[in-house]
Amino acid sequence: MARDSQAALVALNRFGLGARGGASGDLINAASDPRGFVKAELARPSGVLLEAPGLQSTPQLGQAVFAYQDQVRQAREAAKAAAPAETQAPPPVDQKPALRRNLSLNAAAEITGQMADAKPADMATKPETMQPARPAPQPLNVIQKTFRAEALARLQRATLAECGFTERLVVFWSNHFCISASKGELARVWAGAFEREAIRPHVLGRFADMLKAVEQHPAMLFFLDNQQSLGPDSRAGQNRKRGLNENLAREIMELHTLGVGGGYTQDDVTSLARIITGWTFAGRQGQLGPPGSFVFNANAHQPGSQILLGKTYDPAGLAQGEAALADIARHPSTANFIATKFVRHFVADDPPPSLVARLRDVFVRTDGDLKAMATALVDSDEAWKAPLTKMRSPYEFLVASGRLLARVPEDPSRYLNGLNLLGQPLWSPAGPNGFPDTNAAWAAPEGMKLRLDIAAQIGARLGSNIDPLDLLEFAAADAASIETRRTVERAESRQQALALLLMSPEMQRR
Amino acid sequence: MTMIDCVENRLLTSRRGLLLGGASFAAWAYLPKFARAADGRDPRLVVVILRGALDGLATVAPLGDPDYAGLHGSIALTADGAHPAIMLDSFFALHPAMPEFARMYRDKHAAVIHAAATPYRDRSHFDGQDVLESGYAGPGRVQSGWLNRALETLPRGERVSSGLAVGPTTPLVPRGNAPTVGWAPVALPQADEDTAMRLVELYRHRDPALAMALSQGLRLDKAAGGDDMKPRGGNQAAQMRQVARGAAKLMAADDGPRIAALAFDGWDTHANEGGPVGRLAFLLGGLDGALAEFENGLGARWRDSVVVVVTEFGRTARINGTDGTDHGTGTIALLAGGAVKGGRIIADWPGLKLANLHEGRDLKPTTDLRSVVKGVLQDQFGLSDRVLAETVFPDSAAARPMKGLVA
Repeated sequence: MARDSQAALVALNRFGLGARGGASGDLINAASDPRGFVKAELARPSGVLLEAPGLQSTPQLGQAVFAYQDQVRQAREAAKAAAPAETQAPPPVDQKPALRRNLSLNAAAEITGQMADAKPADMATKPETMQPARPAPQPLNVIQKTFRAEALARLQRATLAECGFTERLVVFWSNHFCISASKGELARVWAGAFEREAIRPHVLGRFADMLKAVEQHPAMLFFLDNQQSLGPDSRAGQNRKRGLNENLAREIMELHTLGVGGGYTQDDVTSLARIITGWTFAGRQGQLGPPGSFVFNANAHQPGSQILLGKTYDPAGLAQGEAALADIARHPSTANFIATKFVRHFVADDPPPSLVARLRDVFVRTDGDLKAMATALVDSDEAWKAPLTKMRSPYEFLVASGRLLARVPEDPSRYLNGLNLLGQPLWSPAGPNGFPDTNAAWAAPEGMKLRLDIAAQIGARLGSNIDPLDLLEFAAADAASIETRRTVERAESRQQALALLLMSPEMQRR
Repeated sequence: MTMIDCVENRLLTSRRGLLLGGASFAAWAYLPKFARAADGRDPRLVVVILRGALDGLATVAPLGDPDYAGLHGSIALTADGAHPAIMLDSFFALHPAMPEFARMYRDKHAAVIHAAATPYRDRSHFDGQDVLESGYAGPGRVQSGWLNRALETLPRGERVSSGLAVGPTTPLVPRGNAPTVGWAPVALPQADEDTAMRLVELYRHRDPALAMALSQGLRLDKAAGGDDMKPRGGNQAAQMRQVARGAAKLMAADDGPRIAALAFDGWDTHANEGGPVGRLAFLLGGLDGALAEFENGLGARWRDSVVVVVTEFGRTARINGTDGTDHGTGTIALLAGGAVKGGRIIADWPGLKLANLHEGRDLKPTTDLRSVVKGVLQDQFGLSDRVLAETVFPDSAAARPMKGLVA
């Protein structure tokens, strides 16, 4: 069989998540039919869905958080009631949750906290401790548990996938339609469910369907404040003397669809904000529906027609917004914006214009068929010929390392901590534009230094049991450069060899 | 920095230039000191970007404007009550979360520029940040920032210096042809030096861009190290202070960078912004602490230092339906430092009457933020009008450098 190791690197690294170590033979398979290897995953749409035991739906999780918050509140009130009786009040039981409530805190503090929680063994069993004021380690709360379980399920899927192309698509779309888990307790508990429910089912489906699923998902409505937005002339707006919040409307047009400069005005933003008033989720009382589920609150919806991008949308409740989204999804600016971003992610920081044009045409012709767009990318020559110059993001780097080492994660802590250090905390970008997607962002001096530190840690921990040259075969075979091969061969220890291999250009670039 | 480093860098330069299609490192050594050699000063400049668009009207509130309280509603600051704003003059008051800045202001080492904005008039954060950091009049695809281009025009000299980019990713403002180095606090055991050197060697042959990035990362990390730099977890405000402490330590060194840029996130306060206490107050407290860290950490250098705090645009003058503010235009810039001619609020106040608001929504910008930055660059480093108008902020001749910001 013809064997093209260079094309195998493109198949595995540009499109996928890197070769798996062990006996999987990914590189050999990819080398014999590179395009087929990548496209095989597109033929299994159900393989994109993620169902793991214990993962719950958004309403279930919402209810669990509401119940947890009630518990915390009751504990605090009980502590307050008991306090006057004691002169030396012990630290309140709910100290940790109370701190965590202040979620302008970034994910770093939280994940560090989780890691501390994860290994409490000796503290708890020592009969006496030198720090009597320190409260005993507490069991993980439902929010921490959920976040870790969701992270683990995603990491395991990414580690086990054959090529990983569809997982890369999931990450791409999840970042395009990002929320941030650092927004608050609901965002944190819903981050994984949001991706499973709003992104995965549509990654090989239609853009318009994904758009609707995303903008109606409680996690997005919470992240961009739409549950607080009230039509100024709606009944709720009049009663509560509150009004519009245009955050979600703006980001829908700027970041999710048309792109900045995509031909909309401030008036369009305000119009769309009015059109989607009432898009919210049911609260803990469940007056409008099961707590934590998407609902349309007609009481909060701005009455009347709205003009958006030159078209009038008649008052029709929820359907008014759905019609608007359907039109925005097929707007020419959307096709252009999506195609450009897609090619930038997979091919080059400066995306080849001819390829962008081709994918844009596919998007327009197929009414936003994302599988057709992904297929067109794999079928293009540009995607196979462009040099492998893109930096792997921290997530791609850590997952590729885990795959090469054939380590199926059982605990997400190391990954979460690593992502955090490298500036890509899981599901927690700094802004609604998601994590950056250029070399300038990920090949920065401090980032490289930290990657090396992490690679050295992995080397120290796992290096003694591996043959570095075997791993190099799995990772790149005869496509590895002479210099990389020599550097790995000449390392002074297996540990060092592994660190150097993980940091080699073959593992960093895609 | 040794001779070998310089040679090595020049070597890498040409190869990286090839790789990136024209991006070349013009030179390594810059000597900002030249400009002020006459008066023996050794000026330093820190640029702090507040990402997310700071509510300038909530930070330095025009309490004397009859329309302010009504527009800012439930989150408006007041001169009395449990958390009174700090009166800066008879008209403007500072947010109570910023006592350190207030002290600097009283000591005439801090100033406020109000109703300022870049030339950008739309409402996208990312384009707004692009204009703010690139220094171009509109958003584009420029891969360099004004701070880097300013650095590039400084005279070269025997003392090695370069721009410092703080944080795990490099903001646009210090990016470009002039060399920058990056640093962020770490919490990991470090890779040993031998491994690092082998990797640099591999990159040098296979991937010059990575070689450059990694060697700079290694160098900087060493310089900023020390036990007090271990992160203690902590919250966002604590992290701002910690980042400032580390950057100040690097900049205080004799051969340390003279110019630094850092970014703080989280200023996009669409909902529940809070008034004298709350979310914005918490962040402003962190910023205030960071300014104090710069003052402490720079020690004797503080005398010649200027910290410029800027943001991509402001927020609406009227609060929105959810006790927050949406994307607006006019906002503030803050200056702090021993070299600042402070104790002043510089504003051509447009007023908050509906007719005076930009698009009926925002504080109208009356000062071009580029004028402020150009003024500081000119006073600190002696950049000429022409260089500022053509190279640093292209096509900005109309925005003349503001005079006398630096003592």
